[in-house]
Amino acid sequence: MSTCTVFENVRLIDPSGGLDRQGRLLVRDGLIVGSDLPGAEGTPDGAAIVDGQGAVLCPGLVDMRVEIGEPGHEYRETVKSASRAAFAGGVTTVAVLPTGSPAIDDPAMVRMLRSRGEEPDYVSILPYGALTKGCQGGELAEIGLLSEAGAVAFTDGARAIASARQMKLALTYAQAFDALVVQHPEEPTLAGSGCATEGELALRLGLPGIPTAAEAIMIARDIRMVEMTGGRLHFGHVSTGEGVGLIRQAKARGIRVTCDTAPQYFDLNETAIGDFRTYAKFSPPLRREEDRLALCAALADGTIDAIASDHAPRDADDKRLPFAQASAGGTGLATLLGVTLTRYHDGTLSLIDALGLLTCKPAVLLGVTGAAARPGARSVGTLATGTPADLCLFNPDRAWQVVAGELPGHAQNTPFDGRALEGKVLGTWKNGLRVFGATA
Amino acid sequence: MAEAQSGGSRYFGPSGRHLLGIQGMHPSQIEPILDLAESYALMSRSRKTPRDLLRGRTVINLFFEDSTRTRTSFELAGKRLGADVVNMSVAQSSVNKGETLLDTATTLNAMRTDLLVVRHSQSGAPALLAQKVDAAVINAGDGTHEHPTQALLDAVTIRRHLGRIDGLTVAICGDIAHSRVARSNIHLLTSMACRVRLVGPPTLVPRSMASLGVEVHHTMETGLKDVDVVMMLRLQKERMSGGLIPSAREYFRYYGLDQRRLDLAKPGALVMHPGPMNRGVEIASHIADSDQSVIREQVEMGVAVRMAVLDRLSRGTR
Repeated sequence: MSTCTVFENVRLIDPSGGLDRQGRLLVRDGLIVGSDLPGAEGTPDGAAIVDGQGAVLCPGLVDMRVEIGEPGHEYRETVKSASRAAFAGGVTTVAVLPTGSPAIDDPAMVRMLRSRGEEPDYVSILPYGALTKGCQGGELAEIGLLSEAGAVAFTDGARAIASARQMKLALTYAQAFDALVVQHPEEPTLAGSGCATEGELALRLGLPGIPTAAEAIMIARDIRMVEMTGGRLHFGHVSTGEGVGLIRQAKARGIRVTCDTAPQYFDLNETAIGDFRTYAKFSPPLRREEDRLALCAALADGTIDAIASDHAPRDADDKRLPFAQASAGGTGLATLLGVTLTRYHDGTLSLIDALGLLTCKPAVLLGVTGAAARPGARSVGTLATGTPADLCLFNPDRAWQVVAGELPGHAQNTPFDGRALEGKVLGTWKNGLRVFGATA
Repeated sequence: MAEAQSGGSRYFGPSGRHLLGIQGMHPSQIEPILDLAESYALMSRSRKTPRDLLRGRTVINLFFEDSTRTRTSFELAGKRLGADVVNMSVAQSSVNKGETLLDTATTLNAMRTDLLVVRHSQSGAPALLAQKVDAAVINAGDGTHEHPTQALLDAVTIRRHLGRIDGLTVAICGDIAHSRVARSNIHLLTSMACRVRLVGPPTLVPRSMASLGVEVHHTMETGLKDVDVVMMLRLQKERMSGGLIPSAREYFRYYGLDQRRLDLAKPGALVMHPGPMNRGVEIASHIADSDQSVIREQVEMGVAVRMAVLDRLSRGTR
């Protein structure tokens, strides 16, 4: 006996197919059967009905840059608590950075993480593999074996591949497996021990600064590396106008580079650190207002390929330190959609484009969806027939307030505390089963 | 935005409970402290300070960084007002500084401390402590952020000699980029309508510092021209090992204060230095000891200003 669910009275938006219309969606046995259904008389017998009351139904969000406390920092977050945060934010798939302890530089670790995400109540996990052993920037990790085990891309997390020779080797070797390399775009010797963007604010606070050029210099170097090697490179959490400008030019020249950014970089600027507010400490640091505006423009013109939450769970003890010593990073799973929709509400992005940056575009980058997807990959970020029914139902206009301490999941280190957001998730489904929101 | 991260007000004022920095203080908040400090200076000279003012109050000097001068100055200030002054020097490993800091806060609350004087190598550490302790916190120097009582004592010294602060031209010379003394002085002097010039090599005085509302000069010859006050800063030895300047002798050659350069300033211009001095590195020895030097008086005013600050900050609880 098969189980069926019909989503009635929803605005279907599927950026992967350019779909945006009122309609209904049929799910059978955890897979999407189709959206081109006849009227109510076509509802299968015994099907459960979900009345969307006009809300948007889109693919479950694919968050391509997430840190989870497992393995090694379970006091910060577990896969279980991260799943609660993700589902409450409409996120059904997360690409997890390899910078746990131990680092994900062994095929068994990749398989372990993947299998954690296959549990029905947990968010699907696409593991990144370490680019170098232990993410220490030395010898290359086993990119081939890690790929085979299911690693979707390779990075050392928030540690830049500093050595030009190392980057050349990585980009060259990765081509044997068509593997995507992900760089943290920051020139580390220029960044030094800096913890805020160099400028008047850092000067007044007496905090060591990181020039914005530290990003552009690394991006410029690496674009040249891609030209030289022919590899594929993705820049994670770009944060400066100069950086996205270089990427825009490189794309125009046909160079295979892509990038993502995170909500804090297009919604906040450096003033959020105020009087040493460590919850707004990030790596790279929050930038000047002109950089934030340049990122908005780069979202609008398609230079930026994806929006990732850059979720980084931290305990209060990691943050209640003098600013320079506090840990960088903020939680982002539960606020990813709401903050992204601020760019829809202010007219920067259309709704379908905003959702594209959160669904099919990262899924294609990670090679799980689309024409170039790896064989056997679980296709996500789309409403295409036959794909898993990972779904997000949300009301784009309903407002809610971010309150640190009351966010779903364990980690509460949000930089958006107190912020009113428009765009509330009403329900989330994984494999056709409801994992968030009241059951209909 | 975040309740979790908002402390009390940074400043003196109706709701201000701490002295964490000069930035944001209005002249109307600064001047009463200077007035009070001048009267405490006179009382100290005649050895007639109000020793019952802070009787029964506990002042803790919590120094995470070595300091003899500032700590002694606060200690004397507290004792001249009759407070119980306790010195805590916190030996620390570089890794556990932060943990020590908040654990210490808990301990101090349990000890019912009234006034807490904090020096720390990290910018913002006193602000963090201020969120967690019940005592009024006085920043005695944090990282490269601020050293507010130094700026206040410099202001008293200037006012006593030149009769006013507003309208003066003050040159601050040396390693401005890494100086908390310079930052606090910049904020105080610009707030009191001084023209402030920063003088030093571009690695120690980046041109971008002009955003603080000051002039930036890279030669002493232009920087000292017709100024009323020359404030010299101590050159830290790490600046040389860090490659920001090549050597002490090259530094003195171009940025040391000697007679020839001092003669460019207004006749009778004051020479100041927060101490301790590197004679022959940033300042020629005979200049430091000359009639124009008010360096010793700065130390005297230091005690008086700290008495004034302890007095003001304890008023809410007296």
